[in-house]
Amino acid sequence: METLMEVGYLVALVCFVLGIKGMSDPATSNRGNLVLALGMGLAVLVTLFLPGLSNLPYILGSLVLGSVVGLRMSGQAKMTEMPQMVSLLNGFGGLAAALVALAEVVDLLYGEGLLRLLTQTSGMGSMGSYYLVFYIVTLMISLSVGGISFTGSVFAMAKLDGKVSGQPIRFPMQGLATNGLLFAQVLLIVGMILAPTYAEPMVYLLFVLSLVYGVLFVMPIGGADMPVVISFLNSLTGLTAATTGLLFDNRAMLMGGVLVGASGVYLTVLMCKAMNRTLGAVLLGQFNASGGGAGREMNGQIREIGTYDAAVLLAYSSRVVVVPGYGMAVAQAQHPMHELEKLLVSKGVQCRYAIHPVAGRMPGHMNVLLTEADVSYDLLMEMEAINPEFPQTDVVVVVGANDVVNPAAETDPGSPVYGMPILKAYQAKNIIVIKRSMAAGYAGVENELFYDPKTRMLFGDAKAVLSELIQAVKGL
Amino acid sequence: MEWSLQDLPTLINSVLPHLYLLLLAVFLGIEVIGRVPQVLHTPLMSGSNALSGVVVVGSILLVGKAEQAPWPVLVLGCLSLVLATVNVVGGFAVTGRMLNMFRKKK
Repeated sequence: METLMEVGYLVALVCFVLGIKGMSDPATSNRGNLVLALGMGLAVLVTLFLPGLSNLPYILGSLVLGSVVGLRMSGQAKMTEMPQMVSLLNGFGGLAAALVALAEVVDLLYGEGLLRLLTQTSGMGSMGSYYLVFYIVTLMISLSVGGISFTGSVFAMAKLDGKVSGQPIRFPMQGLATNGLLFAQVLLIVGMILAPTYAEPMVYLLFVLSLVYGVLFVMPIGGADMPVVISFLNSLTGLTAATTGLLFDNRAMLMGGVLVGASGVYLTVLMCKAMNRTLGAVLLGQFNASGGGAGREMNGQIREIGTYDAAVLLAYSSRVVVVPGYGMAVAQAQHPMHELEKLLVSKGVQCRYAIHPVAGRMPGHMNVLLTEADVSYDLLMEMEAINPEFPQTDVVVVVGANDVVNPAAETDPGSPVYGMPILKAYQAKNIIVIKRSMAAGYAGVENELFYDPKTRMLFGDAKAVLSELIQAVKGL
Repeated sequence: MEWSLQDLPTLINSVLPHLYLLLLAVFLGIEVIGRVPQVLHTPLMSGSNALSGVVVVGSILLVGKAEQAPWPVLVLGCLSLVLATVNVVGGFAVTGRMLNMFRKKK
């Protein structure tokens, strides 16, 4: 029976690898997700049949409860709220790992856990000591990293949701306090090993410190960088799964956790590359630290355009490129946008979408939002593909996007967005910007594109403006 | 606790096989998503988030051996089991919803 279990875990692990592999290709991504879920189901099933497992009613009850809650949560989340959803779920995973570690500690201190552990290591000489130290360190990493992942994810979610300001939060001696807190946690773990008599209060203090650290860690990072942070915290949760796997001597957890940890870090690096940032710069919150250009005065004047004029401009051009941003998604304007696009195409206008790698709140988020609105996949152009075509484009329509078309990223070394690859919308013959107000973008930076002589502003709620545009184009 | 450096080679020898496995898993984790297109970054992140809920196995093992353990172990175990299950089930469901949108368009 034991052998069958091990084989089951092996199959589950193969499913994990094949699932992730499948998910990194659009043609097989759906199957990949199913294979992943299948592998997870198998791992859980195998565990349920382990000999000597007690409390089965509690286990099954918790599994059912968790499944119901999970399905309801995922079913209710709107597509625009996906990043928050992923962040919250990741926080749950982190907390789960921390609670497992905490329960282990309670069992060690008040149950028979310590006795079991000592019996196991007795007679092993210094190997036993090594093992004990290894065990304690692993357990404490689970506890601490799980706690960090939990509060960090929840705080990141609050930032994305706007419940907490998306701006970086700073206070005096922040770096010192944050790093000191991390150092204190390491000291506590060392302290537990050197002075086991006082271990109990140190464990609880470690847990509290890790919870505080999670918040402090995310605090100085700007809202625009949250996807990177969530991806990073995700790989931290993978790490806690791996350490929990070590504690329980369970290969499925260990290897699955390492797999997630590694691919998570790599995905984080890929995301950073898309924004032309280094992971270190993001995590240290350097984006806004050097934001000298943020308050720069803008020269020139804003030119507005009426709905009718805009409709004429669009309907009588031959090439139109739409640059959608998060503002469009928030206004739920992707459906009228798609309608306008169909209308223009029926009038013989070539109409495509330029998708910046970090449009929306996460890489790929904008594609999800647009395909949800039935926009054809072929019309979504990646940045590298569309950038050379802007000079031949008659009209660029910027809907609720800002930082991704800011020319300062190419021209102003003092600007916080300097160096980020942008959609070269400024090269187009005409630019129409649909925007609620003149407020700065998510990065809190002024955009000189709005002051460009070729730019016309169309102020208002994106959904309302687009609906008016549709009527105007129809009436031509 | 006793300590002696004589056991150090034994220690290293016992750790090495595991280290091999871990290193290979790290490379595999990186290699396997090596060429993921940008469109799939968000679904992939969501999927691997669900996968990191594999800690659910640990929760089950914990609750399963909590027979003789003090009651807080059972409470903490059940709580972590519920949370991890939410992470797994919710994660896969959310990922599925995102990916379904791609499939509709071919």
